[in-house]
Amino acid sequence: MRKTFESEIQQLKDEVLVLGSMVEQAILGSVEALKKRDVEASRLIYEADARINAKRYAIEEQVMIAIATQQPMAHDLRLLASLLEVSGELERMGDYAKGIAKINILMGDQPLLKPLIDIPRMAQKGADMLHRALTAFVNEDAETARLIPYEDDEVDNLYDQIYHELMLFVIQDARSIERANWLLWVAHNLERLADRVTNICERTVFIATGEMKEIESSRDE
Amino acid sequence: MEIQTMVKPTTVENTAIKVQVKGLSVYYGKFRALTGIDLTVHDRKITAIIGPSGCGKSTLLRSFNRMNDLTPGCRMEGEVILEGENLLAPAVDVVDIRRRVGMVFQRPNPFPKSIYENVAYGPRLYGIRRKSDLDEIVASSLKSAALWDEVKDKLHQSGLSLSGGQQQRLCIARALAVEPEVILMDEPASALDPISTLKIEELMQDLKKDYTIVIVTHNMQQAARVSDFTAMMMIDEQRAGRLIEYDATHIIFTRPKDKRTEDYVTGRFG
Repeated sequence: MRKTFESEIQQLKDEVLVLGSMVEQAILGSVEALKKRDVEASRLIYEADARINAKRYAIEEQVMIAIATQQPMAHDLRLLASLLEVSGELERMGDYAKGIAKINILMGDQPLLKPLIDIPRMAQKGADMLHRALTAFVNEDAETARLIPYEDDEVDNLYDQIYHELMLFVIQDARSIERANWLLWVAHNLERLADRVTNICERTVFIATGEMKEIESSRDE
Repeated sequence: MEIQTMVKPTTVENTAIKVQVKGLSVYYGKFRALTGIDLTVHDRKITAIIGPSGCGKSTLLRSFNRMNDLTPGCRMEGEVILEGENLLAPAVDVVDIRRRVGMVFQRPNPFPKSIYENVAYGPRLYGIRRKSDLDEIVASSLKSAALWDEVKDKLHQSGLSLSGGQQQRLCIARALAVEPEVILMDEPASALDPISTLKIEELMQDLKKDYTIVIVTHNMQQAARVSDFTAMMMIDEQRAGRLIEYDATHIIFTRPKDKRTEDYVTGRFG
């Protein structure tokens, strides 16, 4: 019925998908650059974060205009409020990618403490969850959105594994503490990223059902 | 990383001008109803005029096609320039202006004639006689007004037999039949139910592809929904209507510059 508003909403959803794919690329790219110790690539990712931020502000402004001019109610209001929230989550995920890029830059000439195996796995898993969560979000698919957070356990398990492994390095040789710490931060960023995917899924359920509550994966206290 | 940017919102800067109002004042006898109005109406956009009752919104609208002339004692100063031509100049052909600048009123006012005759009336007045030509104009006008599908099988029934919303779309079709450049709408949906209102609003979005629309509305939400630009009016200490702020609609409704506009759109005034 409301063609103009419908097309504005569609455009906003498309923009969130664009933002999401920018973040996805940034995350995968930042870990890939670290793995290869490609400092130049990390520098580009670090700088590109400004574009992610700008995109988020543009979406925020567009949502505000839609709220002011279209007076959304019920489902439409939940959707627009969630678009604000989700674009904020994505922007912060972008910050994690930026943080990982920064670590690679900080490491300078120092070699990686160990070859990266589980960290790229975490990144891959997180990016994959993010991708599917955003697809569910724009399709308002609550059923899929309810399931994705359970996959967070896999990311958390990888994080634990990385943590213990890095601690062993530190115990064996205290001088490795800084290099271990860098990798721990990378893993931590990826772990947080997956947590934020859960927030997106919660918004999807909220839009579809009006129900606002946390989806707890099995490891949550 | 390729980044597409969002469609730039409509702004005062990036849109062509259709009508330019310069220093317009309108008097009814000694009473000055409007004072010093400067306003740019953009081509193929919807401009909404908002403001509290009695601020001169309708008077301003009626200056665009000299409808104020019909009010005894009315006098206008300043200029209303449509495509380079000052509509207030004495030598101007008022009949021609009203063809170029059509009007739709608050209450649907179809003639007590058939649907067909309502639409064919204007073109006939301007000398079109051939039935095939008139048929074509009637059909295309009704299509443009999103009414054709509902009335194509009953073109010879009375226009008054239609529902309120349909009657208003018939009046829009009647306005379109003479191929105007600008369409003035004075509270076009205030007498209609929500669904009919929605239809008129969506119709306006279709029409703006070909026409420039100026709408007066006391319904701020409607102005926000339908328009590209919004003019905010208010009366001054002498009770004369003034334009206090004019900008892209999304700016007026998210970050107006004038405190009075802010108070009005947030419902704290008026």
